[in-house]
Amino acid sequence: MNLFLDAFAWLADPANWTGPGSIPQRIAEHLWVSALVLVIASAIALPLGALVGHTGRGREPAVMVSGGLRALPTLGVLTLFGIWIGIGLAAPVIALVILAIPPLLAGAYAGFESVDRRTIDAARAMGMRELQVVGKVELPLGMPIVVGGIRSATLQIIATATLAAYIADEGLGRFIFAGLKTRDYGEMLGGSILVILLALVIDGCFALTQRVVVPAGVRATRTAELRSGPTRSRTIVGRPNTEGNQE
Amino acid sequence: MITAGKGRLVALAAVAVGATVALAGCASGDPLDSGSDGGDATSETIVVGSQDYYSNEIIAEIYAQALEENGYTVDRQFRIGQREVYIPEIESGAIDVFPEYTGNLLQYYVPDTTATTSDDVYAELSTSLPDGLRVLEQSPATDQDSYNVTRTFSDDNGVTSLADLKDVSTPITLGGNSELETRPYGPEGLQSVYGVEVAFTPIEDSGGPLTLKALVDDQVQMVNIYSADPNIAANDLVTLEDPEGLFLASNVVPVVSDKVNDEIAEIIDTVSAALTAEELVALNALSVNEQQSAEQIATDWLAEQSLF
Repeated sequence: MNLFLDAFAWLADPANWTGPGSIPQRIAEHLWVSALVLVIASAIALPLGALVGHTGRGREPAVMVSGGLRALPTLGVLTLFGIWIGIGLAAPVIALVILAIPPLLAGAYAGFESVDRRTIDAARAMGMRELQVVGKVELPLGMPIVVGGIRSATLQIIATATLAAYIADEGLGRFIFAGLKTRDYGEMLGGSILVILLALVIDGCFALTQRVVVPAGVRATRTAELRSGPTRSRTIVGRPNTEGNQE
Repeated sequence: MITAGKGRLVALAAVAVGATVALAGCASGDPLDSGSDGGDATSETIVVGSQDYYSNEIIAEIYAQALEENGYTVDRQFRIGQREVYIPEIESGAIDVFPEYTGNLLQYYVPDTTATTSDDVYAELSTSLPDGLRVLEQSPATDQDSYNVTRTFSDDNGVTSLADLKDVSTPITLGGNSELETRPYGPEGLQSVYGVEVAFTPIEDSGGPLTLKALVDDQVQMVNIYSADPNIAANDLVTLEDPEGLFLASNVVPVVSDKVNDEIAEIIDTVSAALTAEELVALNALSVNEQQSAEQIATDWLAEQSLF
């Protein structure tokens, strides 16, 4: 309990809120690093996931690659790239991008796959082109799951971006490392609490987004029958293309 | 459309949480749990501990083998992480012999100590230890914080001592573990003792490969590396002299419990006396450069020294 009191005392100390290395500065750095990583990882993983989900091809490699990437310890990757390209932000950003790709990729292909094949057939029957099918049917309908992937990735990035402080003067991890080594556990725990709060707040924003991006039509007709319909469960099993979609 | 997605997320979250709990378990696991009974065994069994630092483990292994050669049974409790974890174990008598460093240990008990020379530090340490704990004779070997620059930097700027740094015209960035920023010998100490202004970059690997790489690449110009690190010589670094005593001298010193009697103390003192600064660097080099085990290094060294 004392530790928590120390942590709150540290958080409440106005001296920690101003000047170089202050809490607001570290939060801003933390968010900046996290946003940078999310943008880079999204640019790589989302189009790839959409392609896999849309065509149904390359699903096995995508699952394998994202599963394999998940097994990589981020600190190890960070050290490896740090030795290769030196200290600074580059190595932690690469390590965090590798961390963020699997949930983004999984969210993207699961989202695109989850779309009812009959809906896609209907879109084609109406004369939509491939890109229209992707942009007007699959993307909006799969969006909640895609955003779910982004949400999960963001949570992991924010929680792990503390490692940026391992080789750069950036982010909330500075408090954690410095507090640990100087036995200032109030500072260490205070820094951890800030990371947790940050992660929760951002996650809350994504929870809202996830609600908002459900298309109005889907929300209106969402019934128990539709939600537990056979198409969905089959897509989870992972063979969406075997049904009614011969091209 | 959401349920399955949520299910997936929930599963993901469950895995993440499970892994976190498991990892947290590792991190806080007490390395003594497996064998803490050792301390309660018969009085002939001496428990030797070591830090989670290869050089410290070599020294501990030397103590252990020296004791074994003299007929004692040794229980090894090596690679215990932080000082705050193992010090209570020594105080409680669960560990009997532990290689330590005078300066760092003094700083642990007296954070605002003003002693810096080897003898002052040892004298103050001897009187600062809590009941049930004492130090034996300190070894001439040192393993302390030191500031190092590249040979090129040293030659270009004519710098061989910390006192020379104030004449360097280019900005200097100091690299080291994050705690260095707030240590008395960190940037503030450099300013107050030597009048040198430096920027600071944290590199959290205690003078390891990342630190060396940053120095060699000139991302930082000066780094904190332990003085017994063979990488200083291997990379042709220049350790800057410290004429004003900015750093605490830190000699290798065994911390022992009450169970250590005069006979045992004598054995370990003999080892300490034989272990010079150069010997320690050479032993570390065997570990770092030739990947020899602590056991092998200790056996060879004891055979070569033929102390017993």
